[in-house]
Amino acid sequence: MIHSLFLVNSSGDIFLEKHWKSVVSRSVCDYFFEAQERASEPENVPPVIPTPHHYLISVLRHRIYFVAVIQSEVPPLFVIEFLHRVVDTFQDYFGVCTEAAIKDNVVVVYELLEEMLDNGFPLATESNILKELIKPPTILRTVVNTITGSTNVGEQLPTGQLSVVPWRRTGVKYTNNEAYFDVVEEIDAIIDKSGSTITAEIQGVIDACVKLTGMPDLTLSFMNPRLLDDVSFHPCVRFKRWEAERILSFIPPDGNFRLLSYHVSSQNLVAIPVYVKHNITFREGSSQGRFELTLGPKQTMGKGVEAVLVNSQLPRGVLNTNLNPSQGTYTFDPVTKLLTWDVGKINPQKLPSLKGSMSLQAGASKPDENPTINIQFKIQQSALSGLKVNRLDMYGEKYKPFKGIKYMTKAGKFQVRT
Amino acid sequence: MLCFHVCAGEIFELKAELNSDKKEKKKEAVKKVIASMTVGKDVSALFPDVVNCMQTDNLELKKLVYLYLMNYAKSQPDMAIMAVNTFVKDCEDPNPLIRALAVRTMGCIRVDKITEYLCEPLRKCLKDEDPYVRKTAAVCVAKLHDINAQLVEDQGFLDTLKDLISDSNPMVVANAVAALSEIAESHPNSNLLDLNPQSINKLLTALNECTEWGQIFILDCLANYAPRDDRESQSICERVTPRLSHANSAVVLSAVKVLMKFMEMLPKDLDYYGTLLKKLAPPLVTLLSAEPELQYVALRNINLIVQKRPEILKHEMKVFFVKYNDPIYVKLEKLDIMIRLASQANIAQVLAELKEYATEVDVDFVRKAVRAIGRCAIKVEQSAERCVSTLLDLIQTKVNYVVQEAIVVIKDIFRKYPNKYESVIATLCENLDSLDEPEARAAMIWIVGEYAERIDNADELLESFLEGFHDESTQVQLQLLTAIVKLFLKKPTETQELVQQVLSLATQDSDNPDLRDRGYIYWRLLSTDPVAAKEVVLAEKPLISEETDLIEPTLLEELICHIGTLASVYHKPPSAFVEGSRGVMHKRLPARTGSGESTESPDVGTIAGGSGTETAPSIIPSQGDLLGDLLNLDLAPPTTTGPPPPTSGMQMGGMDLLGGGLDSLVGSPMPPRHLGGDIGGSAAMGAGFGAVPAVMPASLNAPMGGGLGDLFDLGGGVGMPLGAYIPPKTVWLPAMKAKGLEISGTFARRAGVIQMELTLTNKAMSVMTDFAIQFNRNSFGLAPAGPLQVLSPLSPNQTIEVSLPLSTVGPVMKMEPLNNLQVAVKNNIDVFYFSCQYPISMLFVEDGKMERQVFLATWKDIPNENESQFQIKDCHLNSDAASNKLQASNIFTIAKRTVEGQDMLYMSIKLSNGIWVLAELRVQTGNPNYTVRKERIRIT
Repeated sequence: MIHSLFLVNSSGDIFLEKHWKSVVSRSVCDYFFEAQERASEPENVPPVIPTPHHYLISVLRHRIYFVAVIQSEVPPLFVIEFLHRVVDTFQDYFGVCTEAAIKDNVVVVYELLEEMLDNGFPLATESNILKELIKPPTILRTVVNTITGSTNVGEQLPTGQLSVVPWRRTGVKYTNNEAYFDVVEEIDAIIDKSGSTITAEIQGVIDACVKLTGMPDLTLSFMNPRLLDDVSFHPCVRFKRWEAERILSFIPPDGNFRLLSYHVSSQNLVAIPVYVKHNITFREGSSQGRFELTLGPKQTMGKGVEAVLVNSQLPRGVLNTNLNPSQGTYTFDPVTKLLTWDVGKINPQKLPSLKGSMSLQAGASKPDENPTINIQFKIQQSALSGLKVNRLDMYGEKYKPFKGIKYMTKAGKFQVRT
Repeated sequence: MLCFHVCAGEIFELKAELNSDKKEKKKEAVKKVIASMTVGKDVSALFPDVVNCMQTDNLELKKLVYLYLMNYAKSQPDMAIMAVNTFVKDCEDPNPLIRALAVRTMGCIRVDKITEYLCEPLRKCLKDEDPYVRKTAAVCVAKLHDINAQLVEDQGFLDTLKDLISDSNPMVVANAVAALSEIAESHPNSNLLDLNPQSINKLLTALNECTEWGQIFILDCLANYAPRDDRESQSICERVTPRLSHANSAVVLSAVKVLMKFMEMLPKDLDYYGTLLKKLAPPLVTLLSAEPELQYVALRNINLIVQKRPEILKHEMKVFFVKYNDPIYVKLEKLDIMIRLASQANIAQVLAELKEYATEVDVDFVRKAVRAIGRCAIKVEQSAERCVSTLLDLIQTKVNYVVQEAIVVIKDIFRKYPNKYESVIATLCENLDSLDEPEARAAMIWIVGEYAERIDNADELLESFLEGFHDESTQVQLQLLTAIVKLFLKKPTETQELVQQVLSLATQDSDNPDLRDRGYIYWRLLSTDPVAAKEVVLAEKPLISEETDLIEPTLLEELICHIGTLASVYHKPPSAFVEGSRGVMHKRLPARTGSGESTESPDVGTIAGGSGTETAPSIIPSQGDLLGDLLNLDLAPPTTTGPPPPTSGMQMGGMDLLGGGLDSLVGSPMPPRHLGGDIGGSAAMGAGFGAVPAVMPASLNAPMGGGLGDLFDLGGGVGMPLGAYIPPKTVWLPAMKAKGLEISGTFARRAGVIQMELTLTNKAMSVMTDFAIQFNRNSFGLAPAGPLQVLSPLSPNQTIEVSLPLSTVGPVMKMEPLNNLQVAVKNNIDVFYFSCQYPISMLFVEDGKMERQVFLATWKDIPNENESQFQIKDCHLNSDAASNKLQASNIFTIAKRTVEGQDMLYMSIKLSNGIWVLAELRVQTGNPNYTVRKERIRIT
């Protein structure tokens, strides 16, 4: 099981360590530092590194490496999933997961890690339960604590751990009972030079914020459940019912949680919401290159495309650019060669474009590689796959809750090759 | 780096605060101490003061002190004893949270002296009424076991833990399984997790209700279970399938492992089998949309799954397309899987992608992409032409490393499709000057040498390389030597000077023994017998195989059983790298059991031996080149002594010459070396010839299982003659293929002599005479001990029985499968080739009975990697009858032991080449299934 955890910052310093079994010397991280040095980019450090006596499994989040040390045959995914849970918990507790936040709350961090893992076995990883055990620090509570001398640690037994619904604590009370669901879809796509789609897939999630009194039992049904053939559920969802009736039936955890995530595969036809016209050319023997880029909406079901952001890693040979955006602002970093164009909203009547020239190193041959264009955007009130919630019902409690459903489409890894 | 030392003043200050009367001040002080501790400062000097704060009813303070204790108890064991009483008291607390916390913390204090005090509270907590306490206590047993394993066994905690598997609370079950799994890892032979249908049912029920982490433990534990039949395995699969929709990717992958393993037992024509296959694809694809670290682990596992069951993901090629901002480790894995999935249907798409990747920035990735194009050409024959033209396009880009990589793969394409794409050579030659990497230079030189007759200025090209001969790497030097010799043999008139130059460079001016020896061999060959030289150097090369990069099937099967673990990430069996796992059992996929067919099936043993023969992809290249090897077999009357007859290929030829007298020529007391006559030849040689005795034990393992299974297959017993087991005759050479000569045969061991029993039938219209037989080199050195005795001519429609005595002193070469024998038979009409497989049992010699003492010692000595086990189904003999029957085949029973109604027979076998096999046969009275538990092999 998991022996120890080291947190390493981007400059390669260990700023926190935690051992669940015997102490492992921090020199074990030297193997990690070696791998870090070899990697060209921070994210290229391999996630599993063998050392003579241990294995180091790491994830990189918020520019912090979470390095777990294991000694025996342990499923690496188990370790990675656990590390993700640690990151999520820190973020949940401190708002941000940064080196500073962790250092400021080092005692809470230590208490949390102790509750999350016992002898390397996960113990309490549900945020509901953890918050019962260790109250998150807030400014108000810090003030109150100093005056009254009370503590962050809950006095109660974490009741959730004993019940059949370990994800929900008992005795929840709200004056306003509300349940909100967000259907968020991200489209990952690769578009080739000529504008045809090489691959496109949709990763969707339904995130929920449920603040309901007591032990509500919810059912959520869809207009077109057939879209959901590849789904991962929160443990609260009754799988049998889904298999039989395609209805989500569950007792929700209290607060924010991810109800389900789904994947609409590349075999279904996925509508591509934006198109890009581009013309990026370098001529042999000339120190100038042309750059032209035009964006336009494609299949958006009448909804506007907003928060459009284009970036592209230009070839190393490009010294500078002289471009003219029809709207928004653009920046080019001559050191990293990263071109960023903050477009904003796409107006179908007047398509945004970015045109101009690039100056190249004099005398150098024309660059070999073609830059790839990365696009981010949002489309409100629409789920690209067409998924629609039919109705939400509540059983088990008498009051009438407020219900709300919101749809949104975002670009995930949306790449256009040139 | 941080400063790890806290200055004395700070310690003093904290000490004062810790001993303060004010509760609040105390707590703040403990917090400061913990904070210092977490950043690695040494605050152990405060131990007594912190422990003093433990007697408190403030829960947070208690927890903080516990944190401190866990960290420093080891360095202050005497002080830690002071804390024991408080722990014992806390274990009796009315609040279950405190009870659990106390037992949990006590287990974390890794001090021997404390463990004695831990036993009583732990025993109580294991039976606590509160499940939260029970589940914490279950983990505590594992902790205690880690500190003092003997104590845990003596106190009977293991049994209590086993009882917890049937606890009513799923969380307790999950933790008990987790604890037992961890303990079992250090106790490989204990039957801690002895699963039976009842406990499986308990686990499956708990699986639905426990936490995600518990599900992982339970699934991993389920994967070790061997279902009794296909029905049980289907019902387990059905109950595990919902886990594929879990949000936790580790749960998903563990479920995939269980399904992949148990699927093996399902009959393929079952509807459910197809449904299951379909259900496996979506969750695997979903794993690829997760974070890159998860993707990496998933991809390594998908790589295995794709090799075992390519049908699962064959339509999902697109999800493996590379995004430009994927981390490099994800890119490389995706590329590998793309090649594995490449087929005629999707090759156009794949090639377009690969070409795109070849223009990326990352050099490593670009190289691998270019190489991938070559692998596609070799894998998908119909696409070869397209691949070659894609490679040519890439060469036109003139990007240095792309060109070099392309040339290396084009060489492989030439090896696969000889005489097909020579037209591109001209383009390749244009880039001669830009090659600066040894591998690319060597590849180019090989191409020039191989096709010297079609390149007008081949001599000039090679000469230009020769100028800097001494600065080249060994690889290039060797290749240049061979290429020039080839050139000379093809165009002897113009190149005499060149070949002399290279031979003298290699033999006189080089101190590299490989190079020098190869030089001498060519020199001698050329000077003594140019015709032989031509035959050796320009011999037809075996085609390279498309599947050389596949994982070997038995390893693949083992790795499939380890999906989701480190082993699956490294693609190595756990025994190869996990520390302290001396006794890791080799896991095997379960055998497919048909309902009710097993009684008659003659090869049950083979299947139970572990290899699903019908699904395992073969690594052997096509039959064509095996025969190619045989083509040069000398059909002279067999000789049992003296040097092995000069056989096929230049590699062998080189070897002979060396043995013949070159070592005297070399003039140094150096042992004969292996000479790679060609690119990649060296490696093949090393394995194929020089190292045979050393290589064998390991590789014997797999096929032996099958062979022995056959022999142990005592089933029926009716009509089997007394004496050694002789398999029935089978047709080896059908008349269709041999111009009317049909040969069927078998092998037998009679009175210590191995006999090849042949039935020759003349189905042609004419008389056949002048029969002769010859064997290719084989794993056990089988060779005819005399000529084939067919005295009278064989007239049409006549059949004769011939018995050919065999010796085992012939030349040795490892074959695939091990017991493969390639035979050439000649008559007045033609020479015919066939290959057959001999039962390993005929190699068992009569003096295979080992001394009891020696047996015992040897048994212990043999490393665990050499062990395998399998079951023999439906055998209705008692152990004595079995023992007698086996003795007839020279399998000797050394000792017999009866344990709990089971007879254990310990047996020894000796092979003709001196390899011993020790086995343990377990026979349960009344149970028709035998288990051969151990089977160990070593050379004496």
